[in-house]
Amino acid sequence: MGDRERGMDFALTEEQHAIRAAVHDLCARFPDVYWRELDRKDEYPEGFVQELTEGGWLGCLIPEEYGGAGLGITEASIILEEINRSGGNAIAAHAQMYVMGTLLRHGSEAQKHRYLPEIARGALRLQAFAVTEPNAGSETTRIETMAVRTGDRYVVNGQKVFISRTQHSDLMLLLVRTTPYDQLSDKTRGLSVFLVELKRAVAAGQIVIQPLDVMLNHQTTQLFIEDLEVPAENLIGEEGMGFRYIIDGWNAERILIASEAIGDGRWFVDRAAAYASERVVFGRPIGANQGVQFPIAQAHARIEAADLMRYKAAWLFESGQRCGAEANMAKLLASQAGWEAANACLDAHGGYGFVREFDVERKFRETRLLMTAPISNNLVLAFLGQNVLGMPKSY
Amino acid sequence: MHVVVCGKVIPDSSVTLEIDPDAKRMRRTDVPHELDPAAASALEEALRLTEQHGGSVTFVTMGIPDASVGIRRALAMGASAAVHLLDDAFAGSDTLGTAKALAAAIRQQPRFDLVVCATESSDSYSGIVPVQVATLLGVPALTFAKQVFVDGETVTIHRQSEEGYAVVTAALPALVTTTSGINEPRYPQLKGIMAARKIEIQQRSAADLSLGPDDVGDSAARERVLSVGAPPSRGAGRLIHDEGDGGREIADFLAQAGVI
Repeated sequence: MGDRERGMDFALTEEQHAIRAAVHDLCARFPDVYWRELDRKDEYPEGFVQELTEGGWLGCLIPEEYGGAGLGITEASIILEEINRSGGNAIAAHAQMYVMGTLLRHGSEAQKHRYLPEIARGALRLQAFAVTEPNAGSETTRIETMAVRTGDRYVVNGQKVFISRTQHSDLMLLLVRTTPYDQLSDKTRGLSVFLVELKRAVAAGQIVIQPLDVMLNHQTTQLFIEDLEVPAENLIGEEGMGFRYIIDGWNAERILIASEAIGDGRWFVDRAAAYASERVVFGRPIGANQGVQFPIAQAHARIEAADLMRYKAAWLFESGQRCGAEANMAKLLASQAGWEAANACLDAHGGYGFVREFDVERKFRETRLLMTAPISNNLVLAFLGQNVLGMPKSY
Repeated sequence: MHVVVCGKVIPDSSVTLEIDPDAKRMRRTDVPHELDPAAASALEEALRLTEQHGGSVTFVTMGIPDASVGIRRALAMGASAAVHLLDDAFAGSDTLGTAKALAAAIRQQPRFDLVVCATESSDSYSGIVPVQVATLLGVPALTFAKQVFVDGETVTIHRQSEEGYAVVTAALPALVTTTSGINEPRYPQLKGIMAARKIEIQQRSAADLSLGPDDVGDSAARERVLSVGAPPSRGAGRLIHDEGDGGREIADFLAQAGVI
């Protein structure tokens, strides 16, 4: 470069390369057949999560003072991307890494010292965050599950749906209403977050977990909450501020989801390109046909573009700048690119794409979710249209 | 017990290796590098021995600046120190020059009880350097180890042979070379990567090792690469269509080849 300073640096650090390589090697011990069998049996990736836990990977975002590695969102996103790129599913790792963020940002020192070191070393699993309800999905401020304070505890009643890993988590964050909706002048207030000792609550019959049969192996459940007693000391932050606390974590989550979609997309492109180069029909590899080749190349280009937005969002996030637009765009573009790659991969495989032992159909189902959850892409577009571009609100 | 592991950092296995026709050497610049998997096995064995018997492991390598990626990997796996022999004066060293540099770096260690190397590296496969290092250090070399045991003052290996293995014992200090199948190297854990970044890699020049142009580098090299060529391409295989006698045809073929 001579004397001129470089305007931009797209290079990963040596440490980030090392993290990617180490996760790659770890994942190589959990091949396609491992994930395929879990998917078939609808089982939790116990061995994989255990391996990640022992390696200290799941505490990567927890500060060193609480026993974690104190890494940033970029490193966390590289870990999750690499898991999905290997053919695995990062969702459990995502949850253990990310859900504690609300506790870290808004919990009391006593709560943080009590729980974070245990979460960092994997002795406690905090992998469930109960927000969605049958009558409140994207419109979170309409949740109805109610917590009423009685003395030194709250009593909670209500119902939650699409809550993952509740049967495999020791702790759960629970968003509830603490002020009735019609008594609020600011409708974003009145919600609170509690840390619930899930296993104890289930044993006491205060939470009943019912599995939901869905097209993904996420151990999805619904919860029936009846007279759940939560000590007041388990309230995270201030009463009534829960919605704000959840929003605070959204940008980080968007970046992580984007990286998972990029990992999926790269897996699809790798598999599609390899298969299209090997599979011979009419005397030549099908990848020589531009009808097969171009969609794969296009998907690759879109993934690379989404990846740039993901790193930009992560950079803004870590340098303390506003990143709502970029984090949302990263999630939007990456989930779309991943889905495009999924379709190109399925098309390239033809009938074999639907055969379970090729794993394409499993990853196809998994990556489709990222267009819908944790937030629908339509709501991302609404955010961009209204909050970034200043157009009229639709809701 | 202090163990020194000598290993290489080589072009990443995903890279198609290219030969520089002028230098008649592998192109090592502008390609991603990784810790040689064979060196990782040697390191793994050293780590297991020190975990069992106590002590520490120092990783020593000679290479270009890009080698730091592999050195960090070695540290992340569990080596507690690393020495990087980094100097333009080392460029063009033959195996003996390399061995002199490695032996000099090992001698600079406060102590060493055991040196562990891969039998050969995964890029150039010469397999000469470890025994040269042992000779220069004046210690016994126990080669082709598929198992290594340390017991107080001695090291014992199971030396792989075509028929089975031989049990070979030597007094410490000694040098051992490991076969590629000796173990499955661990992958670094996050805490290992975090700890590795706090360890300073000790860089050593030829002058630091009291080595001059008669010892290392192109000027000292007694080996000359005269020409480099691609291996002959393999001929097409023979396809046997089974029309009821395929098994017999294969058996006849194997019998002719003397396999059965």
